Amino acid sequence: MAGGAASGGDATSDAYAPARGWLLLPAWLVLGLVVLVPVFLMLVYSFLTKEFRGGVIWEFSLAAYDQFFIDRGLFGDDPPRIEWAYIQIFWRSIWQAGVATLLCLIIGFPTAYFIATRPAQQRNIWVFLITIPYWVNLLIRTVSMRFILRDQGPLNDFLQWVGVIGEPLTIINTNLGVQIGLFYSYLPFMVLPLYAAIERYNFALSEAAADLYAPRHKILTRVVLPAVKPGLIAGCILVFVPSLGSFLAPDLLGGARNFMIGSLIDEQFKGSAGNWPFGAAASMILLTLVLLVLMVLARQQARAARGAG
Amino acid sequence: MRVGADRFAFPGFRTLTFLCLFILYAPLLVVTVYSFNDSRSITTWEGFSLRWYVDVFVGPDSAKFKSAAFNSFSIALIAASVATAVATSAALAMVRGGRFKLRTATFGLISLPILVPEIVTAVAILIFFNTIGFTRGYMTILIAHIAFCIPFAYLPISARMQGIEGSFEQAAMDLYATRAQAFRRILLPMMMPGIFAGFLLAFIISLDDFIITNFVKGAGVETLPTAIFGSVKQGIRPNIMAISTMLLAFSTVIVTLSWFISRIDRTK
Repeated sequence: MAGGAASGGDATSDAYAPARGWLLLPAWLVLGLVVLVPVFLMLVYSFLTKEFRGGVIWEFSLAAYDQFFIDRGLFGDDPPRIEWAYIQIFWRSIWQAGVATLLCLIIGFPTAYFIATRPAQQRNIWVFLITIPYWVNLLIRTVSMRFILRDQGPLNDFLQWVGVIGEPLTIINTNLGVQIGLFYSYLPFMVLPLYAAIERYNFALSEAAADLYAPRHKILTRVVLPAVKPGLIAGCILVFVPSLGSFLAPDLLGGARNFMIGSLIDEQFKGSAGNWPFGAAASMILLTLVLLVLMVLARQQARAARGAG
Repeated sequence: MRVGADRFAFPGFRTLTFLCLFILYAPLLVVTVYSFNDSRSITTWEGFSLRWYVDVFVGPDSAKFKSAAFNSFSIALIAASVATAVATSAALAMVRGGRFKLRTATFGLISLPILVPEIVTAVAILIFFNTIGFTRGYMTILIAHIAFCIPFAYLPISARMQGIEGSFEQAAMDLYATRAQAFRRILLPMMMPGIFAGFLLAFIISLDDFIITNFVKGAGVETLPTAIFGSVKQGIRPNIMAISTMLLAFSTVIVTLSWFISRIDRTK
């Protein structure tokens, strides 16, 4: 089952087997040329020499990775030490993506569970309500969040009106702003795969546990959670990975002092830094991280699926 | 089978579900309400008005918005059409092509734009166009959009095809229909809801994309999201809220359509 899910399900017939090379050709061509080859080019670029104000000179250089990991002082002649600045940006991004994943799980799991325990007719309506924000423009959603969280925005107005706070809270341009933004951006990405897993869960198992006098919270943690673990992992991937490389939330809600990996990369290409090899190197490091996370979780998922099946 | 799932519902979970929906919708509703505000300032409410909607179409920024809208919609239409055709063809091979060696690798390739963080894909495509010396502009946006729309079109299309048994086509061919006839008269009509849903999702994904577009667009070529982003950097103005609300409404309609179409069952 795990192998089937990882390869997009099994084929249902082999009627088109003779033509499959031709049928796959357009997809191979487009994705190979516009996605796969470019990723290799990006790896190549990360080992090239930077050209002033964007672009590269085709000369091998380790300067990008050197700049990322090693601090040689302002004039480049100090004894080399570890450069912490970029590692810190990566660490903070991992941390914030992790917290966002946890927050999404805390709100997302009860939501998915609640929806899955509704009668079939109602379930569709609930899922539909989660699906709309899933597909709606992320830029506009982030802009709305910025509008809400402003110093003179509706949230502060409301909190002052209730009397919880005297002075408006500054949330925009802080790490908290970024954190809220990430959570808000990817919340539906947690609910939908979780729901899909819980919906398939056979509640007769809960019934059996209840017959054996298991208390309700034990049924949840010892029976339901292990059974829906693949969905749990899928949800965590779908929140963690885009959060890690997120650009809009840190840019629109964090400002200049709350850099994440996405902002660092963006600055090399679109911003003032203009250091393409360094941007390519940072992207490669991000990609490596993501692939590592995916591999670990895919293995977990395969194990969970084997355990359940 | 669902023996009294209700019994295992937790009381607090209902509240959390409402909280979840509130969190998801409140910001969008607030922006929608404020887009109808008859005030230059975005802070104070001065009564209902459509002036900012009028402003989007005839105001000082209207030329910029119109060309951005033209670019966005034409790119989304072309990219979604091409991506849907490519994805349908790939789905035929993947779902009706039996087992073959490159199957898992091909699925990996198709899912790549979903798995890799968008900013990495954006950097890679920018570097690609730079290497082959392709001037950035409308075409580069279009090519990039075709590529990253493919997986979004592929998923509903292949899911649909998986739900249609091969025996329908087999029956037609037993009655002397050719392979082409079986495809056109049997499989394609049954596939249509999936294909249409895939097209609509690809369309929305293209229309909404910001990060990749921002990387591969040339100077002076804007789509709606890049135009909105550029304006927002200088502060949220009411006309931006109006245009955002229109885009929100449009996306909602498309997603709703796609939702209902993908639920049409033609196998019965």
